[in-house]
Amino acid sequence: MTNIPIDGLSLPAEKPHHETPGGWKEYFSFSTDHKVIGIQYLVTSFFFFLIGGIFAMILRGELITPEADLIDRTVYNGMFTMHGTVMLFLWTFPSLVGFANYLVPLMIGARDMAFPRLNAVAFWMVPVVGILLMASFFVPGGPAQAGWWAYPPVSLQNPTGNLINGQVLWLLAVAISGVSSIMGAVNFVTTIVKMRAPGMTFFRMPLFVWAVLSAQIIQLFGLPALTAGAVMLLLDLTVGTGFFNPSNGGNPVMFQHYFWFYSHPAVYVIILPVFGIFSEIFPVYSRKPLFGYKVVAISSLLIAVVSAIVWVHHMYVSGTPAWMRLIFMLTTMFVSVPTGIKVFAWVATIWGGKLRLNTPMLFALGGLIMFVFAGITGIMLSSVPVDVHVNNTYFVVGHFHYVLFGTVTMGLYAAIYHWFPKMTGRMYYEGWGKLHFWLSFIGTNLNFLPMHPLGLQGMLRRVSSYAPEYEQWNIIASLGAFLLGMSTLPFIFNMVISWMQGEKATDNPWRAIGLEWLVSSPPPVENFEKIPVVISEPYGYGKSEPLVAEEKGVGV
Amino acid sequence: MKLSKILSVLTLITGAIAISITSIWIGKQAYSWLPPQAAAESHLIDDLISFLVTLGAFIFLGVTSTLMYSVIFHRAEKGDLSDGPHIEGNVTLEVVWTAIPIMLVLWIAGYSSQVYEQMGIQGPTQLVHLHNPVGMESAYAAPQEGVMSEPVEKIDVIAKQWAWVFHYPERNVTSTELHLPSDRRVRLALQSEDVLHGFYIPAFRLKQDIIPSHTIDFEFTPIRQGQYRLTDSQYSGTYFATMQANVVVESDEDYHKWLAKIATQKPAPANNQAASEYAQTANEPVKNGWDTVVPAAPPVVNYSG
Ligand code: HEM
Ligand SMILES: [Cu+2]
Ligand SMILES: [Cu+2]
Repeated sequence: MTNIPIDGLSLPAEKPHHETPGGWKEYFSFSTDHKVIGIQYLVTSFFFFLIGGIFAMILRGELITPEADLIDRTVYNGMFTMHGTVMLFLWTFPSLVGFANYLVPLMIGARDMAFPRLNAVAFWMVPVVGILLMASFFVPGGPAQAGWWAYPPVSLQNPTGNLINGQVLWLLAVAISGVSSIMGAVNFVTTIVKMRAPGMTFFRMPLFVWAVLSAQIIQLFGLPALTAGAVMLLLDLTVGTGFFNPSNGGNPVMFQHYFWFYSHPAVYVIILPVFGIFSEIFPVYSRKPLFGYKVVAISSLLIAVVSAIVWVHHMYVSGTPAWMRLIFMLTTMFVSVPTGIKVFAWVATIWGGKLRLNTPMLFALGGLIMFVFAGITGIMLSSVPVDVHVNNTYFVVGHFHYVLFGTVTMGLYAAIYHWFPKMTGRMYYEGWGKLHFWLSFIGTNLNFLPMHPLGLQGMLRRVSSYAPEYEQWNIIASLGAFLLGMSTLPFIFNMVISWMQGEKATDNPWRAIGLEWLVSSPPPVENFEKIPVVISEPYGYGKSEPLVAEEKGVGV
Repeated sequence: MKLSKILSVLTLITGAIAISITSIWIGKQAYSWLPPQAAAESHLIDDLISFLVTLGAFIFLGVTSTLMYSVIFHRAEKGDLSDGPHIEGNVTLEVVWTAIPIMLVLWIAGYSSQVYEQMGIQGPTQLVHLHNPVGMESAYAAPQEGVMSEPVEKIDVIAKQWAWVFHYPERNVTSTELHLPSDRRVRLALQSEDVLHGFYIPAFRLKQDIIPSHTIDFEFTPIRQGQYRLTDSQYSGTYFATMQANVVVESDEDYHKWLAKIATQKPAPANNQAASEYAQTANEPVKNGWDTVVPAAPPVVNYSG
């Protein structure tokens, strides 16, 4: 194989390999194939999702009664800190990066990512992050207990006095995860900008690719702020500098600015690819083009831009001056304009279509409904006077779990089912998939809906005990949580059995339009024997026009 | 017009009316999801919440019933492998659907700022510096109409891991229960001795973070006699959940009587849940948790509720 000059970027010649993706051993090795890396991300992150889920069930077990009677308070605090951290840094981020890895090169007609080795290095940092975090359970003093946002001065209090403590490991893990994400971001942006197949103009890119591009741009401008904040906090904690430590003249609120400047946009890093997933799935199962394709594409970029100027909405009550509260209220609310456009486009896509309610479609529909709910509570939260009341209560916990479970996790499940035949060459069992959907949909709502009335009544987040009047709703929430925990069982069963002995899948079982469906299932090592030449818009349902030029791939 | 077209327009109108009525009803329910309205500010906030719930319910029901309609009536027949119509977009619709959220946002933001101004929890107005973006000397609330507006002498609120102490300069007494006169503007000076804490009384709908080495002034108007709960709203470490205090709102007369009475009492250590739980776990033969910051000693106060 020679260098392939595409759009001016010349790729290093890899050693030629034309075998189909290797056996299971490949998945445990330092592979540079974006598809292997994609699946490595997905499986690793799902493993941590289960761990985070176990932590969640321990939390809900504690909260089933008002007293702090199941676990010690320090254990509760460590649990919610690790639950939040694991779910964000080891489940949502890496699993979506996994999908992006798997799909982006296929969707844009490339043979791999721009920097395959960097890609592999970025992945292998994820298990390192996981090991560091899990190791923190075994250091004296246990894991970090300051919450996933690690506000000082609580995060600077170190009762054991040891230099190696849970909080230090936590900060190292977050820093490594940040470095890994920056590597990924550079790789994705380069790949999408430089390696598109001939004819794949920006406005012929699938919306998932648009979403990944927008999300990764956020990583590039946001992560430096978080990393800087984390390093300063680490210095305060280990060598006693006074950036944030008030007893050394530091300002703890400053940390909140560094933290949220990244961590709010981070929400969009997670949710934009899920919007992309929705945009891929609705047209296929409605058999209609995506309504308002261009507007939806641009709205992704718009969300990325606006997301940079909303972070203070997490700090309305932390002593932020009035003018700032009001400005950030307005910017925050404006995010609902591009998101509203997307929701409208999806509804219009489904409207008048020929719907097929397969498992991916069910998960996408359920996710969309719960996202609309989350958007509404989000607008309420962005209103300063409402936030003054419900900030740091269970209303917020309810809101962000509708985002993170209701939308992101459901969207991820939709994606897993949808691309499962492509990834494995086998079909999953539809009945088990539907059972999984109904258990998760009911579980999610039982679990997280009661959190809204609890928050409105004033029940605080992060409490290990609470007033007896909150008990009823908490019992329902906990039962919902256990149901959610159970709902993963049919999923795991389905995935394992189908992968091993499911019915063989055709190349395009959903009759979907998109480059990834033109290659065999699973795709061969370098994706395309000939780089396809794209000649029409994506989502050409109802138009019967070919997507790529017949037999006119760019030869190698 | 064809009959089917008239029929679908009629369905649409009936649907919209049904959704509107339901949303208004849900918006009314919102009041019952909230604690008693014990401060003047709570009325303003509850009205805003009810408004947002109404609007939100309308949007949610609108979107979900459209989706449900599609799911029920637009299913592909078994064996039908054809595509739906190739509709890529519609400029008018897209413009309308961009304009509607923009207008809604402006409306909600306008109403919210108005409520916020009436509450008058104004932060400082000085310019922001990079090194200290958060001057937070005062969060004065503007006086409400119809209530006596002369603020009570500034009560000091001291938060520490994990106790609340209230100091009344008028008689130089301390208490672990917060007493406030009803229908009077009260002014608090919030201070923290160690980490971030949060002053939050759900029945008042008011919340303010407390930041170490800053004193933050905070004003509001209790309007309903009774007993409420003050909680810590900013996670503050191991015994965070226990950091609560009673708030007693009473008549101005009773308030002053109470101050006079406790002024005669000798300061004594108050009950403190964090301290007693810590002592208890320290005595346990097997340690089943991790290390914790040692709680501050139980505060010594004139009155401990
Ligand atoms: C079985 C499902 C889940 C249950 C029962 C659950 C429950 C909880 C509970 C009880 C808390 C503590 C809230 C607090 O006091 O701060 C929490 C926090 C959190 N959860 Fe979950 N959760 C679940 C799934 C998820 C998922 C899927 C994600 C992310 C994708 C997630 C992300 C978070 C985050 C970021 C926090 C904040 C932690 C913190 O405040 O420090 N959760 N969750
Ligand atoms: Cu945010
Ligand atoms: Cu506190």
